[in-house]
Amino acid sequence: MPVSCSSCVEKRAMLKRPKTGHSLCKECFFMAFEEEVHQTIVNASLFKSGETVAIAASGGKDSTVLAHVMKVLNERYNYGLELMLISVDEGITGYRDDSLETVKRNQQQYELPLKIVSYEELYGWTMDAIVKQVGRKNNCTFCGVFRRQALDRGALMLKVDKICTGHNADDVAETVLMNVLRGDIARLRRCTTISTASEGEGVVPRCKPLKYAYEKEIVLYAYFKKLDYFSTECIYSPNAYRGHARTFLKDLESIRPSSIVDIIHSGENLSVREGVKMPVQGTCSRCGYISSQALCKSCVLLEGLNRGLPKLGIGKHHRLHGKILSQQPLTEKEERKLKSVES
Amino acid sequence: MFLFFISELKDAVRVRHSCPLFVKCLQKMCQMQRGAGSSSDPCRRPLLQVRPTWEVGAPPCSFFNESRTGSGSCCLSVRSCFREYFTHKFRAMLGKTRLIFPGEKVLLAVSGGPSSSAMLSQVQQGLGQSAQKKLRFLPGLVHIDEGGALGLSLGERQRLVSELKAIFQTSGFPFHVIPLEQVLDLPTSAVNTTPPSSDRAPDCYKAAGDGGELQQGGALAEPSVHEAQTRSLQQLLGSATTLTAKEELLRTLRQHLLVHEARTRGYSKLLLGESCTRLAVRLLTCVSLGRGAHLAQDTGFSDCRFGDVTFVRPMREFSAKEIAVYNHMFRVPTVVIPSLETKTLEKASIQRLSESFVSRLQQDFPSTVSTIYRTSEKLQTAGGGCCEEDGRCLLCLCSLDTAAGKASALQARLISEQLCCQKPAGTVKVEPSPPAGPCCSSADGECGSAAGGAVCCSSEAPEKKDLQKLLCYSCQLTLRDMSSVAHLPQYILTEAQRRKRRSLMKDEISEFLLEEEEGSS
Ligand SMILES: [Zn+2]
Ligand SMILES: [Zn+2]
Ligand SMILES: [Zn+2]
Ligand SMILES: [Zn+2]
Ligand SMILES: [Zn+2]
Repeated sequence: MPVSCSSCVEKRAMLKRPKTGHSLCKECFFMAFEEEVHQTIVNASLFKSGETVAIAASGGKDSTVLAHVMKVLNERYNYGLELMLISVDEGITGYRDDSLETVKRNQQQYELPLKIVSYEELYGWTMDAIVKQVGRKNNCTFCGVFRRQALDRGALMLKVDKICTGHNADDVAETVLMNVLRGDIARLRRCTTISTASEGEGVVPRCKPLKYAYEKEIVLYAYFKKLDYFSTECIYSPNAYRGHARTFLKDLESIRPSSIVDIIHSGENLSVREGVKMPVQGTCSRCGYISSQALCKSCVLLEGLNRGLPKLGIGKHHRLHGKILSQQPLTEKEERKLKSVES
Repeated sequence: MFLFFISELKDAVRVRHSCPLFVKCLQKMCQMQRGAGSSSDPCRRPLLQVRPTWEVGAPPCSFFNESRTGSGSCCLSVRSCFREYFTHKFRAMLGKTRLIFPGEKVLLAVSGGPSSSAMLSQVQQGLGQSAQKKLRFLPGLVHIDEGGALGLSLGERQRLVSELKAIFQTSGFPFHVIPLEQVLDLPTSAVNTTPPSSDRAPDCYKAAGDGGELQQGGALAEPSVHEAQTRSLQQLLGSATTLTAKEELLRTLRQHLLVHEARTRGYSKLLLGESCTRLAVRLLTCVSLGRGAHLAQDTGFSDCRFGDVTFVRPMREFSAKEIAVYNHMFRVPTVVIPSLETKTLEKASIQRLSESFVSRLQQDFPSTVSTIYRTSEKLQTAGGGCCEEDGRCLLCLCSLDTAAGKASALQARLISEQLCCQKPAGTVKVEPSPPAGPCCSSADGECGSAAGGAVCCSSEAPEKKDLQKLLCYSCQLTLRDMSSVAHLPQYILTEAQRRKRRSLMKDEISEFLLEEEEGSS
């Protein structure tokens, strides 16, 4: 017996919503999904009319669905936003080609301007060139640090007001679990916030309109909307702990589907004991990016690359920040220590 | 089964206690193992295999056995050092917080499991100490017999209870064995916070001075169980449709009964035997159950949500392993009590899943438990100490965390549930509801705010909706997983009615009430 849609009661249900267990037809599901994102945007006042908003596009499912939904809602509810896609090209031969192709196709479909910012533009170095200098063994450090800042630097370059990223509910819940397991109370407190205000010149405010959208529903939405995305998993540096947290979350979801939102609720309502030391967030004195040291990690890495001392950014050399800032020469001993990089 | 390594024992003891004699003993043990065995690093070999005493045919301890020829003296000093270390840690936990005052009546909740049995052993030992080191409170013991909830036979229940009573009797403390069925007859005060009475302290001092009747051990006024009560209890737990909800419900009922027992018998502190390992699992469970706001109360050293009775967790710095070694060394008697989780699969409930997750992670990353534990140290109770009764959850008595703003997980959950059920006005279509999956074909267009899973939201009883409003986020989830509220104990239903009437009253007179400002007198 065909099940009828629990919302419109007329059409035949095509899917069972992972979030609530309701059986819905395609149209009612689209409506519910989009409406929820709209409510999130409105309730958290994520945007103001007239703003230029960059959607971080990686070609993956989250950002593809985000771009689509943002475009739909901006028109449906007259947000008055200037939307654009921003994509980062690390400059690794062969690696980004497929995903960048997907982003380019998305751009045509959604008729949104696309800006691809390359590491070369941002840092003066492609990842290929970095690997050549530092060897394969250490390139992960560079990759992670540069990627974190690339969006901000790109957004600054393009003079956008806000960046929105495709982080979904699963990502947020997983981060809450990770921080509980790591005992990282400072991150635990921050990780559930839906948007970050501008903290310093180098940082563009970010927000997560899909914060309450389940990953499974994002896939369902993309599937039924026939959205085109590049489906390889993002290549995080392998992190055993995160893998465990993800598996745990999936198991929780199978026991009680609301677990994902329940964990986010937990994260939103934690209160931290007074007197627990929180790291002071400063800014990088060279580029203005958030940093607990005088120089942010990527500025240190760049300095190392440019001076031909790649080890500068690997390991702890905070003592040298002063010297670098004041452009003093390093001693011979210091140079020797920082030069050799085993490949 | 635990494998305990010499190196681990060294690490455990090094933290707080560096006794040269102990270290020497450990070295000697290393040498002996080297002589006896073949492994390259004797410190990495299991020092002793502590088997739970209930495992049939567990071999006798190989190392801490005094009768073992040639090693008697060594073992003796290791034993006394370990005891010293253990006791020091236990006393430090109680001492540094100064929570329990001399002469206070303190109730120990003893399940019969390893951790609470070790706690009992420590208290017994502490009272037998010389005057200076002596623990100066008046202990009593309570055990809740949950056999009825688990469907154990009467004979089985009697066997377990008599095993426990034998242990309790040797302690010489007054003890109370209460069947969980008693929870059905609690007064509404069990779900209300009572301010601590100021005149209790002098009373207790007097009692301490007398040293009289309280010191006499023995069971006090044993309540009996009627079959009908057991059936009601089983119906109540049976109305929970998931094991996750059932476990939370059982936990809540147990808490209410414990508080009531402590209150009526004049105990102002209730000691719980949860170990560091247990608490780490509980913390992760609580996060997963949406109890983020209550983490500090659920896992902290002390918990004063009930007002006049404070829950204290003095075993929270001991790992399950340390406790197992202690119990093994000192032959602390334990009783194996089955639980809801016994013989269930890993993914049967959130509680069960968290437990196996933590223990698996602990194997790969040995610092897991202590790291999670440290997370709990940094948290505090949300919403401050005392607030009005209608600001507290009817079931768990924690401050309500449901007043979140518009941009919150709670709102997001409600929005999703509403969106799936809203119907355009006028669509009246009566259809037989499909057997599986939700049906929202009622024409009223209104939808229960708490539908979830595969439960039909429009069929939700109004009593259930009313009750939801009195609960915190997490207890709402538990109630959502219950097929009906009809089997809830009367004290909960009565109190719910009372609160509902009060809030209606408040609505009626709201225009005359002046806004209470925070901080103003
Ligand atoms: Zn429909
Ligand atoms: Zn991803
Ligand atoms: Zn910088
Ligand atoms: Zn010692
Ligand atoms: Zn509650």
